[in-house]
Amino acid sequence: MVDMISRFKTLLATLALVVLAAIPAAHADDLKPLVDGLGKSGYAALRQAVGALAATGDPAVAPILQSLSTGDLYVRKSDRAVFAATKAEDGFKLTDPATGTDAGTATSGEIDKIKVNNAVREAVTTALGSLTLMSPDIAKRRLAAADMFRNGDPAQISLLDQAIAKESDAGIAATLQLARAAAVLKSDQPDADKIAAIHVLQTKGGRDVLGQLTAIEASSADGAVKTAAADALTSIRGTLKLWDGAQNILYGVSLGSVLLLAAIGLAITFGVMGVINMAHGEMVMLGAYTTFVVQELIRNNAPWLFDWSLAIALPLAFLVAGLVGVLIERMVIRYLYGRPLETLLATWGVSLILQQAIRTWFGPNNREVGNPSWMSGAFELGNLTITYNRMWIVVFSLVVFAALMLVLKRTSFGLQTRAVTQNRPMASSMGIRTPWVDALTFGLGSGIAGIAGVALSQIDNVSPNLGQGYIIDSFMVVVFGGVGNLWGTLVGAFTLGIANKFLEPYAGAVLGKILVLVFIILFIQKRPRGLFALKGRAVEA
Amino acid sequence: MNTPIDSTKVAHAKAKDSLLYLDGVSVSFDGFKALRGLSLVIEPGEMRAIIGPNGAGKTTMMDVITGKTKPDSGDVYFAGDTDLTRMDEASIASLGIGRKFQKPTVFESHTVWDNIDLALAGVRKPFATLFHRTTKAEIARVEEILETIRLTDKRDWLAANLSHGQKQWLEIGMLLAQEPKLLLVDEPAAGMTDAETAETAILLKEIAKTKSVVVVEHDMTFVRDLDVKVTVLHEGSVLSEGSLDVVSADPKVIEVYLGR
Amino acid sequence: MLTSFILRALDRRTSIVLLVILGIGILLPVLNLATDPSSPFHVPTYVLTLLGKYLTYALLALSVDLVWGFCGILSLGHGAFFALGGYGMGMYLMRQIGDRGTYGNPILPDFMVFLNWKELPWFWTGFDHFWFAAIIVLLVPGLLAFVFGWFAFRSRVTGVYLSIITQAMTYALLLAFFRNDMGFGGNNGLTDFKDILGFDIQADATRGALFFASALALAAGFWICRAVIASKFGKVLVAVRDAESRTRFIGYRVEGYKLVVWTLSAMMAGVAGALYVPQVGIINPGEFAPANSIEAVIWVAVGGRGTLIGPIVGALLVNFGKTWFTSGMMAEYWLFVLGSLFVLVTLFLPKGVVGTLMAKKDRKPAEKPIEDVVAPGAAVQAAE
Ligand SMILES: Nc1ncnc2c1ncn2[C@@H]1O[C@H](COP(=O)(O)OP(=O)(O)OP(=O)(O)O)[C@@H](O)[C@H]1O
Ligand SMILES: [Mg+2]
Repeated sequence: MVDMISRFKTLLATLALVVLAAIPAAHADDLKPLVDGLGKSGYAALRQAVGALAATGDPAVAPILQSLSTGDLYVRKSDRAVFAATKAEDGFKLTDPATGTDAGTATSGEIDKIKVNNAVREAVTTALGSLTLMSPDIAKRRLAAADMFRNGDPAQISLLDQAIAKESDAGIAATLQLARAAAVLKSDQPDADKIAAIHVLQTKGGRDVLGQLTAIEASSADGAVKTAAADALTSIRGTLKLWDGAQNILYGVSLGSVLLLAAIGLAITFGVMGVINMAHGEMVMLGAYTTFVVQELIRNNAPWLFDWSLAIALPLAFLVAGLVGVLIERMVIRYLYGRPLETLLATWGVSLILQQAIRTWFGPNNREVGNPSWMSGAFELGNLTITYNRMWIVVFSLVVFAALMLVLKRTSFGLQTRAVTQNRPMASSMGIRTPWVDALTFGLGSGIAGIAGVALSQIDNVSPNLGQGYIIDSFMVVVFGGVGNLWGTLVGAFTLGIANKFLEPYAGAVLGKILVLVFIILFIQKRPRGLFALKGRAVEA
Repeated sequence: MNTPIDSTKVAHAKAKDSLLYLDGVSVSFDGFKALRGLSLVIEPGEMRAIIGPNGAGKTTMMDVITGKTKPDSGDVYFAGDTDLTRMDEASIASLGIGRKFQKPTVFESHTVWDNIDLALAGVRKPFATLFHRTTKAEIARVEEILETIRLTDKRDWLAANLSHGQKQWLEIGMLLAQEPKLLLVDEPAAGMTDAETAETAILLKEIAKTKSVVVVEHDMTFVRDLDVKVTVLHEGSVLSEGSLDVVSADPKVIEVYLGR
Repeated sequence: MLTSFILRALDRRTSIVLLVILGIGILLPVLNLATDPSSPFHVPTYVLTLLGKYLTYALLALSVDLVWGFCGILSLGHGAFFALGGYGMGMYLMRQIGDRGTYGNPILPDFMVFLNWKELPWFWTGFDHFWFAAIIVLLVPGLLAFVFGWFAFRSRVTGVYLSIITQAMTYALLLAFFRNDMGFGGNNGLTDFKDILGFDIQADATRGALFFASALALAAGFWICRAVIASKFGKVLVAVRDAESRTRFIGYRVEGYKLVVWTLSAMMAGVAGALYVPQVGIINPGEFAPANSIEAVIWVAVGGRGTLIGPIVGALLVNFGKTWFTSGMMAEYWLFVLGSLFVLVTLFLPKGVVGTLMAKKDRKPAEKPIEDVVAPGAAVQAAE
C-alpha cells in the first residue's frame, strides 16, 4: 500500500515536471482566477475551488493541487493572490503556481499558508484522479483507470461517468466501467444497481475481481446482492480453475519441450543405437557454451548481429557437439558395443573430463548468455502470459523433432542407420560401412544435443554443470517413452512435463519432481520397455 | 506356485494320458504370427523329432512350453492337467521339463563340475542354497553324469574354454542332472562333427529309454539315426506327421522344402 | 547351520585378508595413542580419521561388488543406502548433543529450533538410543532395497534399465533430503556432533575406536561376502550373471536370489555409511548425489569386480590418489584423472588390478588359457 502511494507520488512529480515545461503561458492565464479562488477563506470554499480547478480538465492543474495538499501554497495578504512559496534567506521566494514563473519574494508576515484538512485532501485526491483520467496520454489514463478500479471509491462515481463518456479507447473504457462497478458496490446505491455492477465484474472475471467480490459477499447483508455476489464468485472461480488448468498445461508444454530437446539426442544414441551415453548432458553443455562464445564474439566485433546470434550458434553448436560425439565414438564407444554397462561407465568418465575442461577454460561460474530481442518479453493470451523464449523453444523443439524424423525416415543415411541397428552383420554384408554409420549416428545424436544446448542457454544458467541437470531427466524421458521409438520420446517428454506441472501446485516443485521420478520407477517396472515398446528378439538381445 | 487346476479347461480327454498336450496355440510378435493354431501331443516315454524350415516356429514352440513366451491363445498342458501357460520358467522347470537351447548356453565362468552341480535336481530356494552342503550322493551323481557326457577329465575347466561340441554336451548333461520327465532339445547337433553327431544320437536314444524327449533338428541324417516319429512344422502349424519316410514322401513337405 | 556356513568360507586366502584388515585396525590406533608425536612411528589423528573414512568406502565398494561383480546388477544408487545408514547414525549423534547446541534446546536439534519447530517429529523418536539407531542403520537401507528390488526384479528390469532407475532412486532421495520439511536438516544436513556412546567424538581414543570399528566392519563384510560367494547360493548368483534365463530354465527363481543379495548389499552399504558419519563429522544430502554412487562403482572397476579383494584395493587406491591429488596444486585437475580412470579402466583393464593379477597367477599350463573368458558384463548380454 505504502509502496503504491509513493509510486503514485513519483508519478505525479514527473507529471508536474512534464506539464510545467509544456504549458503555454496563455493557457495558464485562464487558470489564474481559478487558482486565486484557492485563496478564499473557509474549508468549504476551498473544496469548491478545488472542484472548479479540476473541472477544467487542464493537466496543468495537477501540480497546483499537489502543492496544495503538501502545504506549499500561500496566499498574499495584500491582493489575496495565490503563490507557491519556498523558504529563502529572508522570507519566501514566490512562484506562480500555474506557470512556474518567478513572482518575487515576500516576508513571512506578508503571506499566509493555505491550510488543508482531510476533507480538502480527499477532494484533492479525487480531483487528481479525475485529472489523470482526462489526461491526453493513453498510458497515463490506463494507469489511472486501473488505479480507480483497485480503489473502488464511491465518491468518484460521477467523475467516472464523465470519464467514461469522454473515453475513446475501448480498453480503458472497459476498465473504467469496472471501476465504476467496484465503486457502485461500495456505495449505498439501490440493490438493482449493485447487482448490475456485480454482473459487470463477473463478465470481467479474474483474480482481482475475485478479491473485490469476496469482500462484497462477506460484508453485505443477506439478500439479492449477497446471492448475486456468491453466484458470481462460483462462476469466476470455475473459470479461473479452467485458466489455471490451461496455464499448467502451458507450463507443462514448456517444460516438456525442454525435456524433449534434452532427450531427443539421447533417443538416437540410446534409443536407436543402444549406447548409454552419460556424456549426453555435456553435449548439451557444449552447445550452450558455443552460444556463449558466439555471442561474446558478436558483442565485441559486430553488435548489430546480436539478434542473429542464435541462428549463427545453431550450426556451430551442431558441429562442435557432433564432432566431439564422433571423437568419443571413435575413441571409446566403438570398443564397447554390446557392453552397455561398460559404455555407461566410460561415457561417465568422458562427461567428467568434458566438465572439467569447460571449467578450466571458462571458469566455474555461470556465463552470461543474452536473449536476442525476439526472445525477450511476453504476450498475453486470455488470462495467460506467454513469454517469447518459452514459446520459441516449444516451436524449436518440434521443428528439431520433425527434422530428425525426416532424416531418419527419408534419407539414405537414415535407412542405413536403421539397417545397422537392426541387423549389423547383415547390413555390413550388404556393403554398408557400419563403422561409419555408427560414428555418424552418434555424431548426429550429439549434434542435436548441441542444438538443444543453444535453446537451453536461453532459459538456464550456462555453467559447467548445465548437462548434469538434464541427464537423468533425459534418460527418464527416453526410457518412459520407449527405447527405440522417437514418437515415444515426444509423447514421453510432454507427458512428463505436463504431469510435473500439474503436480507442482499440490506437492510443490521438489516433491512434484520426486513423485514423477517415483512414478517412472514404478512404471518401468510395470512396462520395462516403456510406453511404446518395441517387441521382438532384436530388443531382447 | 502351483496354480489351481481348472478341470473344465481340459477339453480333450486325450490330454489326460498325454505327457505334453498343445492345442490351438497361437503366438504373434508385433502382428507377425510365429505360431498359428499349433497342436501337438507327446505321450509319456515317447521320443519325437521336429523338423521344419527356418522360422517355422520350432524354437517359439519350446519358448511357449517352457514359459518364456505366453501364447495369445490355445492350451498347453503337462502330465494331463497342469496348465503351463500360467506358470513361470522356474516352476515349469521344477515340474520336470528341461530344455537345451539352440545356441548352447552354459555358465561360462563356472567349471564344468559346477555347471552340472547347479543343474542337479534338489534345492532351488535362495536360503536353502545359502546353507546347502554338498552331499556324497550329489557328488556321485555329478560324476556319473560327467561320465555319460564324456567330460570327466575336463571337470575343472571353465565352461568358457570348452569347444562348441563340448558345450552342447555339457548342456545335455545339465539337462540330465535336472532329472526331467520331458526334455526339449533344440538343434543338439548344430556345429558338431559327423562323429560327434552320431554319438549325440546314441546318447539321446539312451536318454529316451527313461524319459520323453522332443528333439528339433535340421540335420536329416541325425533325424534318421534317431528313428522316431517326426512332426513337420511350417509357418507355425503342423504340416505333416509320421515316420521320416512317410513325411518325406508327403507332397506338401516336399513342396515346402524344395519349393523355396 | 549358520556356523558351518560362516566357517567353511574361512580358507587360507580369506583368513589372511581378515588378519591383515584386523591387524591394521588395531595397529594404527595403537601407534596413534601409544607413540610420541615426534616418533617416526606416530600416526597423526587426522591420518587415522582419513584412513577410517577409506575403510568405510572400501566396505561400500565391497557391497557394490557383491551385486555387480557376482550378480551382474550394476547399481548406480548404492550411495543412497550409504547415505541412509549415515543419516541413521547422524540422527543418533544429533540427539547426543542434548542441550549443548547453539540454541541450548534440550529436546530439539538446532536446525529444528531455527525452523521454529515446536516438537520432535515422530520419526526422530528412539534415536537417543544407540541400539535403536544401530537397528535403523541396517533396517532402513535394507527395507528400501527390499521394496525397490521386489518391484524391479519381479518385473525383470535388468541391465542398464535397472542401473538408470537406481540412479533415479538416489536422485529422488537427494531432492527429498534437500527439503527442510523432511526433518533431516535440509541443505545443511546433520553436523556439530559432540559425543558417541558417551565418549567425546573428537578425542583421539574415540577416533581410534571408530577406526577399529570400521576395520572390524570391513572384515565382517568381507567374511560374509566370502561365505555367500562360496556357497551354492553364490554359484547361482554367478550363473545369473552369466546367463540369467538359463538359470531360470534350470528351475531357480532368479528374482528371489537377486532380492536377497541386493538387500544384503544395501545393508552393508548402510553400515558403511553409519561408520563414515562419526568420522567425517557431517552427513548432508550431497551424499545422495548420483555422482557419488558412480564413483563407488569405479572403485570396484579399478580394483576388479568379481573378486572380493578388488573393491577394497580399488577403494583405497582411488581415494589415496584423490587425497594426494586434491591436496596438491593439481587439485583442479582431479576430475580429469577420475574421468580418464573411468575410460581407461573400462577399455584396457576390464578385470581391474586384482582381477588381472589373479588371472595371471591362476593360469595353469595344463589348461587352455583363460584369456577368452568373456567379461561378465558381456556374458550377461549374450545370455539373453
Ligand atoms: N521374440 C520375437 N520377436 C519377434 N519375432 C520373433 C520372436 N521370436 C520368434 N520370432 C519370429 O518367429 C518366427 C519363428 O521363429 P523360431 O525361432 O521359432 O523359428 P525356428 O523354427 O526355431 O527357426 P530356426 O530353424 O531358424 O531355429 C521367426 O520368423 C522369428 O523371426
Ligand atoms: Mg530355432
